[in-house]
Amino acid sequence: MAIKTYREALSDALAQEMRRDPTVIILGEDVVGGLGGTAGEDEAAGGTFGVTAGFAAEFGRRRVIDTPITESAIVGAANGAALTGLRPVAEVMFMDFMGVCLDQMLNQMAKFRYMFGGKCDVPVVIRTLMGAGFGAGPQHSQNLYAMLTAIPGLKVALPSSPADAKGLLATAIRDNDPVIFCEHKLLYGETGEVPDGEYLVPFGKANITRSGTDVTLVAFSRMVLLANKVADKLAREGISVEVIDPRTTSPLDRDAILASVGKTGRLVVLDESDPYCGMASEITALAATEAFSSLKAAPAKITPPHTPVPSTPHLEQLWLPSLERIENTIRATVGKRAA
Amino acid sequence: MSYDPVMLLEAYRRMRAIREFEERMRREVQMGTVPGFVHLYCGMEAIAVGACMHLRDTDYIGSTHRGHGHCIAKGVDIGAMLLEIYCKADGVCKGKGGSMHIADLSKGMLGANAIVGGAPPIAVGAALTHKTLGTDGVAMAFIGDGASNQGTVAESLNFSAVLKLPMIFMYENNGYAEFTGTGYHLGGADIAKRAAAFGMPAEKADGVDFFSVYDAVGRAVVHARAGNGPAAVEAFAYRWYGHFEGDMQKYRGAGEVDRLRETADPLVKFEARLVSDFDIGADELREIDEEIIELIEDKVAVAKAAPKPSNDALYTDVYGSY
Repeated sequence: MAIKTYREALSDALAQEMRRDPTVIILGEDVVGGLGGTAGEDEAAGGTFGVTAGFAAEFGRRRVIDTPITESAIVGAANGAALTGLRPVAEVMFMDFMGVCLDQMLNQMAKFRYMFGGKCDVPVVIRTLMGAGFGAGPQHSQNLYAMLTAIPGLKVALPSSPADAKGLLATAIRDNDPVIFCEHKLLYGETGEVPDGEYLVPFGKANITRSGTDVTLVAFSRMVLLANKVADKLAREGISVEVIDPRTTSPLDRDAILASVGKTGRLVVLDESDPYCGMASEITALAATEAFSSLKAAPAKITPPHTPVPSTPHLEQLWLPSLERIENTIRATVGKRAA
Repeated sequence: MSYDPVMLLEAYRRMRAIREFEERMRREVQMGTVPGFVHLYCGMEAIAVGACMHLRDTDYIGSTHRGHGHCIAKGVDIGAMLLEIYCKADGVCKGKGGSMHIADLSKGMLGANAIVGGAPPIAVGAALTHKTLGTDGVAMAFIGDGASNQGTVAESLNFSAVLKLPMIFMYENNGYAEFTGTGYHLGGADIAKRAAAFGMPAEKADGVDFFSVYDAVGRAVVHARAGNGPAAVEAFAYRWYGHFEGDMQKYRGAGEVDRLRETADPLVKFEARLVSDFDIGADELREIDEEIIELIEDKVAVAKAAPKPSNDALYTDVYGSY
């Protein structure tokens, strides 16, 4: 066990899997960098955020492939490579860019197994960066995982900690289905204990990051950090919050959520994505339809408003769920006023 | 280029199989026995077969919505195709793909694709596999004149040129993108030039003439297989029927289809060369015709009578594990 950043944990998993399996390749924009420039062919990037730094030296450019800026070809080539014997890990640098290659995700990788009668595996991973709070603006900040979760055939993983970043990415690479692997850009510098050696976290198994009895707080990706903070603070006020990080939205650990709601009788969902048709809507609906008799209060959703993410720093902070808003929502749900 | 007579007879067999298959599908669609949309390949047989005669089972093709001809040319079993088109449990895709999604990876067939421009990036990925694994395999994408306008095709051209992939862009210019002619929809009017602009060899071929396609694609495949990067061929042929079966074809001038059948029949053209230049007897070809007609008659009957997928099949093969 060592303390590592989320970024280092991602690198660990990629390197671990590339050493283990020669069919794993990486392709994307500037995963190495430096080709075609005037300074020679040495690594100039190692990934836009450094996750693949040093990979070309260890694995060679044949397996760590710089591509043009060409998302449809990157994801399409990953699809074709996955159908024909490789295990590609393709990068779509920012999740927003899925707008230019959605066909290859929606109509191709997600459908191959079904429409080919189960006669193929589709072991492709799309690594992508998401999330607000960086001042990156409307086209570099979105969290589109709910949209992808609604596409049968895709799996969607959302690591919230360095350990999960390593364990879920290794699982994604070994999985025979297409996985959209969503990395929150504000988590890259977060540190935590990461198991050494081979480490796998199964899909569809929620992580209960805080145990509690008064209210269930389901949170995703970076929101798990906020949820834990609020749970710790409210514990000192005598409110016992159980925090659930589903880790993957597809498959979703419905059993863990329902079991917790069955125990606490109250549900709040904290989701850094749109209020409409999102995971917060899905999980509150799950509780309303399948745990209604357990509920002591109406389920609550905490999401940003139905607007783009503004570039304006103070408006972006207003867009993001705040600790205060989370605390107040929980207090209201458990029927206690602020101390 | 030299031509092996055994190869030529096999090419004839496949072209005839495509023709009879599609004509039969046309009659079946008119009788209402076939589910979904069907897009026929008649008039273009020399392209698929002229191209695929250069390919091995380990070479890959990406196809289009008009994919029956590509499947037959690449060696996909005709009975399994018919079962699939009739959406039966024993279809090559267990009946859940249908006409527009026939795939058979064991034959290097990466799937018909109902998204115009969907398959080229996937074929590029198959070429990437060959390059990464160090084989001498190639991949080919069939691309209509309509698809040539999709951004995915431009991306695929550039991607395979940059990575020097063993990739062949097999353009099929049949003059129409759905209901709109190339005279309107094709900027610059020259698809091969677009490919050439990416620095790859790009030739034009007469898509009605088997030998023209075979020769041009032969050069492209040799180039790609040798590790020299991608190549392109633009073959011109005619789509005898509508975009899909049921298309009223109001965009065609009077008598256009009849004229094409008279003047631009790839099978008639091929047979004339086989008889005049290769000492192949017309009676030998008629025997092949009879075998094909009988085969399709049998396989259509089998497909119609075959069991449907069970209701449980709705839920299977969404994921490998979930």
